[in-house]
Amino acid sequence: MSSPILKVEGLSVHYETAHGPAQAVNNVSLELHEGEFLAIVGESGCGKSTLLFAIAQLLTYPASMVAGSVIFNGVDLAKLSPEELRQHRWRDLSVVMQSAMNALNPTLSIGAQLADVCKAHTDWDDERIAQRSAEVLAMVSIDVAHLKSYPFQLSGGMRQRAMIAMALLLEPKLIIMDEPTSALDVVAQRSLMSQVQRLRKELGFAVLFVTHDMSVVSHFSDRLAVMYAGEVVEIGSTREVFDTPEHPYSHGLLEAFPSLLGAKKELLGIPGNPPNLVNPTSGCLFADRCNLVEDACRSSRPELLASPTGRSVRCVVVNRTTS
Amino acid sequence: MTVILKVTHLSRHFRVGGFRSGGLLHATDDVSFEVNAGEIVALVGESGSGKSTIARVLAGLYPPTSGSIEFEGESIVKRSSRKVRGRMPMVFQDPFGSINPVLRVGHSLDRSLKLHRPDVPRSERKRLAAEMVEKVGLTPGAEVLRRFPHELSGGQRQRLGFAQALASNPSLILADEPVSMLDVSIRIGLLNVMRSLRDNEGVSLLYITHDLASARYAADRMIVLYAGKIVEEGATEEVIASPRHPYTQLLMSTAPDPRLPLADVEGGDDLGEPPKVIDPGPGCRFAPRCPLAMDKCRTTTPEYVQLSPTHRTACFAVEES
Repeated sequence: MSSPILKVEGLSVHYETAHGPAQAVNNVSLELHEGEFLAIVGESGCGKSTLLFAIAQLLTYPASMVAGSVIFNGVDLAKLSPEELRQHRWRDLSVVMQSAMNALNPTLSIGAQLADVCKAHTDWDDERIAQRSAEVLAMVSIDVAHLKSYPFQLSGGMRQRAMIAMALLLEPKLIIMDEPTSALDVVAQRSLMSQVQRLRKELGFAVLFVTHDMSVVSHFSDRLAVMYAGEVVEIGSTREVFDTPEHPYSHGLLEAFPSLLGAKKELLGIPGNPPNLVNPTSGCLFADRCNLVEDACRSSRPELLASPTGRSVRCVVVNRTTS
Repeated sequence: MTVILKVTHLSRHFRVGGFRSGGLLHATDDVSFEVNAGEIVALVGESGSGKSTIARVLAGLYPPTSGSIEFEGESIVKRSSRKVRGRMPMVFQDPFGSINPVLRVGHSLDRSLKLHRPDVPRSERKRLAAEMVEKVGLTPGAEVLRRFPHELSGGQRQRLGFAQALASNPSLILADEPVSMLDVSIRIGLLNVMRSLRDNEGVSLLYITHDLASARYAADRMIVLYAGKIVEEGATEEVIASPRHPYTQLLMSTAPDPRLPLADVEGGDDLGEPPKVIDPGPGCRFAPRCPLAMDKCRTTTPEYVQLSPTHRTACFAVEES
């Protein structure tokens, strides 16, 4: 595999609250290689979307990035001015937001919105813009006639695909996707994921994909990072994490899915609730919900340790038994 | 088995669009099914399949366009009385929007008890309310009653929704996507609450969901809806083991399941475009998307084929095979 195009190191984001800073993202480090699909999964409030926003430098008050760096293509995005950032957005990296209904302008046609991106970031003439817009729409299986359509005339799945078409306009190297499938029905979800996969293979862009539903990405991502309470608790090749989850939280998360296959069995889910991130404990943040918990878990925060197989797990108990 | 809910040829249409240019949206069309005492029936379908419309008509939130509904042996189409509402309460999708935020948990429950079970003396109500919240897994009951809704997590609030439904001594609970807004790790807990209400309280549930796997986990029977019509109905394990309608098969094959091997997930040609339900013509509504569609599928509406005493589907292709 080639050198990483995105390298996130020691990234922390705090939200200011009346009770002190909430540590939404805590010391997260990730690498993404060219053409790779990395999925980040976790429950609501685990900081996964905040992490994406920090990487795309889209955080606004009360959130702020308090530590770390986001090296994209050799440049630290966190140190760039808004104008310098603008040079990179859409061209080198683009973002597909969760709700296409809110992300598209309801008063402009799809064609006008695609043209908007081109005009802001290229010096293309109208003909070239029209040609490229038709090209990207065709890529996501939308009839070119819809260039003249308004968002409300499209179905949910089509709107989300139009957002992806927009993200593809300037052939970026990285597309960041924040739960693009969560508002879609299962059939549309599957179709969208297959299209992203096909385009990624054809065009070679990398994908950073956030979702709360790990089953959505189970067959599409190369690597999987599981987040809990602002920290990455396990990261490894998707298939391996699914087949043999090591961190008790990943284990619990997988066990929480009812299946259509095999015999019906009793499931228990994960007891308890995620911790408060204002003044969290100094021990493991999952300790209160964990079935492997022991005294050592409560005294200090476990490190994210890499095993020789390429899997990293943040758990005292698991790391002791595997090493 | 006693039938407690009998829905016959139920339709609900809505006028949409302008006075002249508008059309008639067939949200639910000619739907017939039954719910027996002490069972969980899942209504499964994608957005726009009419599953929530059925629940709202049953709850009396709007009247049916045609058809009849018999609940505990009485027709409830003309008037949905307080008595009926108490025996057939609804649990809503959004646990943040469906509970009054300024009242303590105990107060809301107390009101349900006062309204729907006037025979319970005042001194008993508090004890009974505590019992209700403990039945849905919120412990210790007496302490939970003193809390405000904002002190509860999403999962706990949804449990409270079930406790509130339970307070009116129901025989059937309408649960409209009760877990879809909750995190995956919490969903299972709620599904287990539903199962325990069935097993320990003898309550029936109509579980409305778009998630086939959770329907399988919780329900005894499932009804698959497409564009306002029932396309397949049967005992859960029967439908899951041998789905016969092409739409059920499509749903099964696209349901994300991390346990499936990688090779099984190729395809994805169907774009998942929703069906046309405004002034639909005759014929099967799934025909435009159906890989097995024949000429007559586009002109005639298929009748139900009984595949076994507990399994039926409406499809010409199945009929002929």
